[in-house]
Amino acid sequence: MLSAAVVAGLLSFKCIDHKNGPAEENGQTAQKTEATVESAGLKLPAGFQATIIADNIGRARHIAVTPQGDIYVKLGRAKDGKGIVVLHEGADGKATVKSGFGNFGGTGIYIKNGYLYASSDENVYRYKLNDKNEVINPDQPELIVEGLINRRQHESKSIVLDNDGNLYVNVGAYSNSCQEKDRQRGSLGRKGCPILDSAGGIWQFKADKQKQHYGDGVRYATGLRNVVGLDWNQQLNQLFVMQHGRDQLHDIFPDLYTVKQSAELPAECMYALKKGDNAGWPYMYYDQIQHKKIMAPEYGGDGKKEAEGNFIDPAAAYPGHMAPNGLLFYTGNQFPEKYKNGAFIAFHGSWNRAPEPQAGYFVVFQPFKNGKPSGEWEVFADNFSGSQANTASGAATHRPCGLAQGPDGSIYVTDDSKGTVFKISYKK
Amino acid sequence: MRAIFKTAIIAAAVSTTLTAAAQHKSKTKSGSKAAKSSALISAATLANGQKVYGQSCITCHMVTGLGVPNMNPPLAGSPFVTGDKTKLIKIVLNGLSEDVEVNGQTYSNNMPSQDYLKDQDIADVLTYVRNNFGNKATAVTASEVKALRGKK
Ligand code: HEC
Repeated sequence: MLSAAVVAGLLSFKCIDHKNGPAEENGQTAQKTEATVESAGLKLPAGFQATIIADNIGRARHIAVTPQGDIYVKLGRAKDGKGIVVLHEGADGKATVKSGFGNFGGTGIYIKNGYLYASSDENVYRYKLNDKNEVINPDQPELIVEGLINRRQHESKSIVLDNDGNLYVNVGAYSNSCQEKDRQRGSLGRKGCPILDSAGGIWQFKADKQKQHYGDGVRYATGLRNVVGLDWNQQLNQLFVMQHGRDQLHDIFPDLYTVKQSAELPAECMYALKKGDNAGWPYMYYDQIQHKKIMAPEYGGDGKKEAEGNFIDPAAAYPGHMAPNGLLFYTGNQFPEKYKNGAFIAFHGSWNRAPEPQAGYFVVFQPFKNGKPSGEWEVFADNFSGSQANTASGAATHRPCGLAQGPDGSIYVTDDSKGTVFKISYKK
Repeated sequence: MRAIFKTAIIAAAVSTTLTAAAQHKSKTKSGSKAAKSSALISAATLANGQKVYGQSCITCHMVTGLGVPNMNPPLAGSPFVTGDKTKLIKIVLNGLSEDVEVNGQTYSNNMPSQDYLKDQDIADVLTYVRNNFGNKATAVTASEVKALRGKK
């Protein structure tokens, strides 16, 4: 039973990488001979161990952990009027709910300079922390940014802060590909896509100024369809984001794309951003098989024509539709050396691959060297779905979403489906 | 609640398998068994409905008919599917983007209009979803679809 499950896990790993992972281009096989272990239902590299510290807490989106070990989890929808849950781990490895506050659903949560920042789908708030990093006044947050666009689709406002007093907020495009009619077969792209004025990018605001609107902020980077996972890379002092690539190439342009191409394309991309960058949505997408920026079919593309325009290249690319919802640069000392300064990515799992089997529902490790992705990505924690069959059908038990690093160098993974929080440690 | 949901999933999965098996049988053998669970609905209707589902609905509502949490609603166990036909046909003809609640949950994606489908194909796919994934309801006809085309 156990070995069969492990074999199934390895097979899935292999199959995804072979399809279109970066493994082949490097002339290496992504298949590690390293043994995997099963722990708390997850499959991990040998020497690692997982525990479920909390369960059923609600739609657990992003997560932040204090040096004192308090864990703040942002819920997608407030539960009993509480949209932020505070957990504290006991000696038995189980966390208890210490408190809850913030009557708003949302995704973003981040701690910086004595404040806890949290976002709803329209606003960003912050709460002052005491010297133990506890929220002093849970009922009186400062409203830092208000009135960001929320038109249901790609509504989450992920947040991160830099070291110079700036707050970065994702505003996702309320559209798949800026068509005249969203997701409609054959409908073409809107000229000079007007969505980009107020969405489809990352906005920068002051971290300490209240009641800012669009006009007070800067559109830091544009042409990003929807970013959920993002992190500040401390080594490079630079913003990294994970874009959710567009959906439905075949559904919308059945004559240009096969079902299989549509399941695999386009890439989910990691971008290293500088102020003023344009990642090209909706005019292009990145094809990880051709390794090219391809003109979107809504704007005259045919699957081969390359994009025209000054668009940046991704730092790394991953197979389509796996939905990267969490990004974390690992700066701890607990894990083996190879993990240091590399990136963990939580892939929420796909839906847009049907009728092909779904993929994702795992946490990937992307090695970095000298501040750049280096070497092939590997599946670090697998089997959040519960089984191969669940992965294939998309009926996953857990869906990885947020990532955070704890004070001892363990990492935490949230699941917004069952409301589970996993802790992964290296034991050796 | 949780337990009920799980049962629904299992029921949906089982019914999918059964329907598929029934259709398979009906194709290879006599055709008498397919209609067992839904009298008066022909195997050909269900087969065409399944085909259209696979081409036009499956990406969002999934193989299982369970949809995607928070994003695309389930057709399995949905009152929209087994309820009023006029409303149901209009959803497929005109699309939907108004935060409908299905069994207490809302969904953030947009459903595009599927009006490029022929009347018969819309009728068959709706008959199929009304009699699959654990659902059971009367058939939808091409003339019912035709009557609602162009009506918002
Ligand atoms: C692009 C994704 C997409 C496609 C393709 C799609 N739907 Fe939907 N569908 C949705 C979304 C999203 C909603 C909910 C919209 C809302 O909340 O306003 C929905 C709602 C519905 C509903 C009402 C709610 C429910 O769950 O019962 C029905 C019925 C339905 N769709 C049937 C179909 C059928 C039949 C097809 C194929 C002919 C189809 N859909 C194709 C995304 C899609």
